[in-house]
Amino acid sequence: MIDYDYLRPDNLEEVLGLLKEHGPKATLIAGGTDVMVKIRNTKKAPEVLVSIRGLKDLRYIEKKKDYHIGALTTHRMLEQSELIRTELSALHDGASRVGSVQVRNVATVGGNICNAAPSADTAGPLLVLDAIVFMEGPEGKRSVPITEFFTSTYKTVLKKDEVLTEIKIPGEMEHFGSAYWKHSRRKAMNLPILGIAVSLKLEGEIISDVRIALTVAAPTPVRAYKAEDFLKGKPLSDEALNEAGKIAASTECCSLRDSLRGEAWYRAEIIEVYVPRMAKLAAERRSK
Amino acid sequence: MKKVSVSFTLNGDSVKAEVPATWTLLKTLREYFELTGAKEGCGVGECGACTVIMDGEAINSCLCPIPEVEGRSVTTIEGLADEDGSLHPLQDAFLKNNGVQCGFCTSGMIMSSKALLDQNPDPTEDDIRTTIAGNFCRCTGYVQIVESVEMAAKEGK
Repeated sequence: MIDYDYLRPDNLEEVLGLLKEHGPKATLIAGGTDVMVKIRNTKKAPEVLVSIRGLKDLRYIEKKKDYHIGALTTHRMLEQSELIRTELSALHDGASRVGSVQVRNVATVGGNICNAAPSADTAGPLLVLDAIVFMEGPEGKRSVPITEFFTSTYKTVLKKDEVLTEIKIPGEMEHFGSAYWKHSRRKAMNLPILGIAVSLKLEGEIISDVRIALTVAAPTPVRAYKAEDFLKGKPLSDEALNEAGKIAASTECCSLRDSLRGEAWYRAEIIEVYVPRMAKLAAERRSK
Repeated sequence: MKKVSVSFTLNGDSVKAEVPATWTLLKTLREYFELTGAKEGCGVGECGACTVIMDGEAINSCLCPIPEVEGRSVTTIEGLADEDGSLHPLQDAFLKNNGVQCGFCTSGMIMSSKALLDQNPDPTEDDIRTTIAGNFCRCTGYVQIVESVEMAAKEGK
């Protein structure tokens, strides 16, 4: 029999107090689109659910010197934000491909990365946008680059008594164009067979800086550093991009596997094809 | 079972429910208020048969813990027709265009579409298809449903 207390604190101090009080018995819940599904599917629930949906001041998208995105910002807010669409396009691409409108209306970006599925649609975009993740716990605030946030499948550096509060993207990213491709069989309500995100900066026709991220390509979302290193300083040509695609698909950058949704050889081909395509789309968006 | 008391606005009326904390909005609508328009298809947010509007946004009521509804405003399919029984333009359009076959997805389809038309009275076909991408229909093939929403939008003008 599933039975739990459902607590609804309305500020961060209360949340941290409740996490401390209930310790491992408590689980945080935000939009609930992962937590509620897990409870139903596993028929197991924590003794206490601590809802952070009431923390309205963690729901924002702002640009000051850097971009600031509150942890409780919904995917729908990201999808409908003109700022995100035009300046952090890959994040728009990722957020607008999560689930359905009904899911995006409640599911939060903080929840998407805390759940840490290898397939998380905002993870690839956040990796190529150099996101920094802010957390708050009993010992105060701390932050880690998103490249260090995911530790393994469904696991992150976030401690049981901490709350993810904000995702910051350096203002410098406004000079990059970015794009994300979710490769899936259907347009909605589907997990990706593979996700590819690219951000790049051009000086004339030369790629002066670039980031490439892959999801569902390893136990966690990953950056394809070797492919990035290869591309830096190269012209935006088919030849260079195709080669970068090959490197990204190789074991130097990822550990592809066979699964229900796709086989490793197929995933490798998708990476080879979509790294160049996303790089071109990122470049095109940058020039606008 | 730990019970909670939740007060909210349901189809324009102030209501109060005393139900287990583990109940979802869907279960509360169907089993406490006996409003069975919202359906349970999958129960995990995949099929959209349970779609209702909460504070102007379409949500899967099967994924909404009932305590989160405190102080909110919920509209279900039962809240659309006028008191004299005259149908909402969307309900009317679904009937005229054969947008309904078995009917199981219909409440959800109409609630998703209502949330769209409330925010965007002049949607493109693409807007409509994106809106109902989380509402599964296994009968009509969607064409008549899209036509129904287009007709309702036209008549709303």
